[in-house]
Amino acid sequence: MDFDKKMRILVVDDFATMRKVIRNLLSQIGYQEVIEAEDGVSALRELRSQKIDFIISDWNMPNMSGIDFLKAVRADSKFSSIPFLMVTAESLKDNVVEAVKAGVSNYIVKPFTAEVLNKKIEKIIEKMKG
Amino acid sequence: MNVKFINPFLDATLYVLKTMASIEPVPGKPYLKKDNLARGDVSGIIGFTGAVTGSMALSFSERCILNIVSNILGETMREINGEIEDAVGEITNMVSGVARKDLESLGLSISAAIPTVISGKNHSISHIVSAPSIIIPFETQEGPFVVDVSIKEK
Repeated sequence: MDFDKKMRILVVDDFATMRKVIRNLLSQIGYQEVIEAEDGVSALRELRSQKIDFIISDWNMPNMSGIDFLKAVRADSKFSSIPFLMVTAESLKDNVVEAVKAGVSNYIVKPFTAEVLNKKIEKIIEKMKG
Repeated sequence: MNVKFINPFLDATLYVLKTMASIEPVPGKPYLKKDNLARGDVSGIIGFTGAVTGSMALSFSERCILNIVSNILGETMREINGEIEDAVGEITNMVSGVARKDLESLGLSISAAIPTVISGKNHSISHIVSAPSIIIPFETQEGPFVVDVSIKEK
């Protein structure tokens, strides 16, 4: 996996606007390689069709929620080591515990700035490298 | 509806719009709404379950939401379309999330559904609870919007 500004990031969110917002924020902090998916099902399709270095996924999505997508990623040996940043409007305790148990790398609560997103990504990458 | 529910939604709205759109709306005095008519041209509605039952709607005037979404996306929006509706849904989701986090600190654990969006002049808002809702009005440089909350504690 490549952890630099050229890494390919999969952004999963059912709201096209939020995907665009995250793409814009990633661009501001130097990440240009962004692939989009609208839910967990299509995200798994993207994972199987190309090399993905990092996943940023929303929690609340129809078809397959972010937490179910995370569990599917961690259950597949081909993808299980890909860093997974959960984006959520839910910072409720029970949800955080569930995400940590399922193997989330970190989580970020909406709304957030480019600076906060950058810190979260860097923290995950440092941990992966360390 | 208990007045303790007003501030979490007011604060959440200010926080979300400042962070996402660099806009600082000015809140007005909350009042009771007795009809189901929306106070805006496009509304995002989200339902709550758990420690409370109810729903919240954000209703924006056209000029106001075009300006907000233009700021969020960094491109000029000229009409209410799918992209605007999508953004209204996401803003509603975020305000709900921030407010619920605040309410959790009062011991109220609340879950939310996925928001729905309605647009059009004179559309109506159907809250889950039939009691009158509370309107928190806001003014921006590009027009008004309201937060319309109807919540009943279990």
